[in-house]
Amino acid sequence: MTLLRAEGLTRHYPLPRTRVLGPRPRLTAIEDASFTISAGETLGVVGESGSGKSTLARLVMAFEKPDAGSVAFDGKDLHSLSRPDLRRLRPEFQMIFQDPYGSLDPRRRVGWSLGEPLRAMGTDEGRKIADSLVQVGLHAEDATKFPHEFSGGQRQRIAIARAIITRPQLLVADEAVSALDVSVRAQILNLLMDLQEELGLAMLFISHDMAVVAALCDTLMVLKSGNVLEQGNAAAILNAPQHEYTQSLLTAAGTP
Amino acid sequence: MTRLPANFLLGAVLVSLMVGLAALSLVWTPHDPTALDIRNKFADPSMTNWLGTDKLGRDVVSQLMLGARNSMTVALVAVLMGGSIGVVLGLLAAGIGGWVEDLVMRLADLSFAFPALLFAIMLAAVFGPSLSNAVFAIAFINIPIFARVTRASANQIWTRDYVMAARAAGMGTFAISRDHILPNIAAAIIVQATIEFAVAILAEAALSYLGLGAQPPAASWGRMLSEAQTLMYLAPELAIYPGLCIVAAVLGFGLLGDGLRDITDPRLVRER
Repeated sequence: MTLLRAEGLTRHYPLPRTRVLGPRPRLTAIEDASFTISAGETLGVVGESGSGKSTLARLVMAFEKPDAGSVAFDGKDLHSLSRPDLRRLRPEFQMIFQDPYGSLDPRRRVGWSLGEPLRAMGTDEGRKIADSLVQVGLHAEDATKFPHEFSGGQRQRIAIARAIITRPQLLVADEAVSALDVSVRAQILNLLMDLQEELGLAMLFISHDMAVVAALCDTLMVLKSGNVLEQGNAAAILNAPQHEYTQSLLTAAGTP
Repeated sequence: MTRLPANFLLGAVLVSLMVGLAALSLVWTPHDPTALDIRNKFADPSMTNWLGTDKLGRDVVSQLMLGARNSMTVALVAVLMGGSIGVVLGLLAAGIGGWVEDLVMRLADLSFAFPALLFAIMLAAVFGPSLSNAVFAIAFINIPIFARVTRASANQIWTRDYVMAARAAGMGTFAISRDHILPNIAAAIIVQATIEFAVAILAEAALSYLGLGAQPPAASWGRMLSEAQTLMYLAPELAIYPGLCIVAAVLGFGLLGDGLRDITDPRLVRER
């Protein structure tokens, strides 16, 4: 069953003028990307920095509109929904960010931040905050602490707890483990895999690290300067990359 | 934090002194500040009149204390009024963006191009000179200042991941501005408010000096200054006292604001 279907996604950003007259130059962040994610499946998006991975995440999260193309979640076109309808749908797709130090409001207690998606939905917080903290391997009492009292890995666990508190169907992870130490990285990856199994989450997993992607993903999409180089079954691409660029990413990650 | 910056401490001392004088004047002054005693005019400092008396025999210390109260009240009301309107406009501009942001910022530019004193004179011409018109004029010039500071700081916060997370959670622009933006830019706004407090005190003194602010017999440093001006050669000290008070208050709030900025700005902390 297809949960997310993106078709022909294209996004340009205007650059500063170089001439007084004539059109403004523009940067193509992503060009004509199409993909689908089935329920419970993980799509990996790899590419070097500047390849359009984060733009893809922002388009899927409906933080900004594409210049062309569409994103359909559960059959609904995210970018043509009305604001209230989009907000009502948001609990179904959540996001984890790269920087665990920037994704939690430093002035709010952890419990407050975790409760935000629930309050936005208008549902009762009840025991959900404590439950989801335990679910990511933290303690219920941690809800009363501030983000600065936690390590990077713990903060990423909190961010994950916030993302799964509404029981979403899709999780967008933008470089979710890139800022973490190697040992912590493995823990967080294991946590994500466990949660995926437990909750039947579909994931859009964005990374520049082939080794991480190889461990997690069912299908794969390789981006370079906004263009899709190759996409398809993850195992197939990892074993027999069709493109030199994919090969170089694999070599950089140290996997065969 | 081990040591507070020197400018903060000096500012805090001066501000406490001025606020203390103003507060004390609510319950006690050495003499009735408006009581005339013509036989005792231009008296030298003495045990009864610590800084002497003015041309009508009124006690200078009592008038200075009332002037402090007047200055603080005007500055407080004006900065609160102008500041809150400016902060709301700045939050709107940053939160909604697009043409709303352009409109607010161009209006701010426009009002920057309009001299505050001229605006006060216009108000006085239309509604007659009064302290409340002076307050409105000072509040008005504070609106664009706060709108700009708020918008600039808020735009920075809007790009943070935790704001993205709040949007992903389904929070609207208003809720995010209230829950995330405002608490995280509060420090910058408080610093600005402290500095604008100093500017407001100076502006009130200037307006009262021109006769567009406090009306006689209400005490005001600016008005004391203008009365003393005609007697500069006869009794120069009558101009010096309110002048010193204005300098101390403006300097105090200015230093306090700078000190607060040093304390709250993490970039400066590292450099220290």
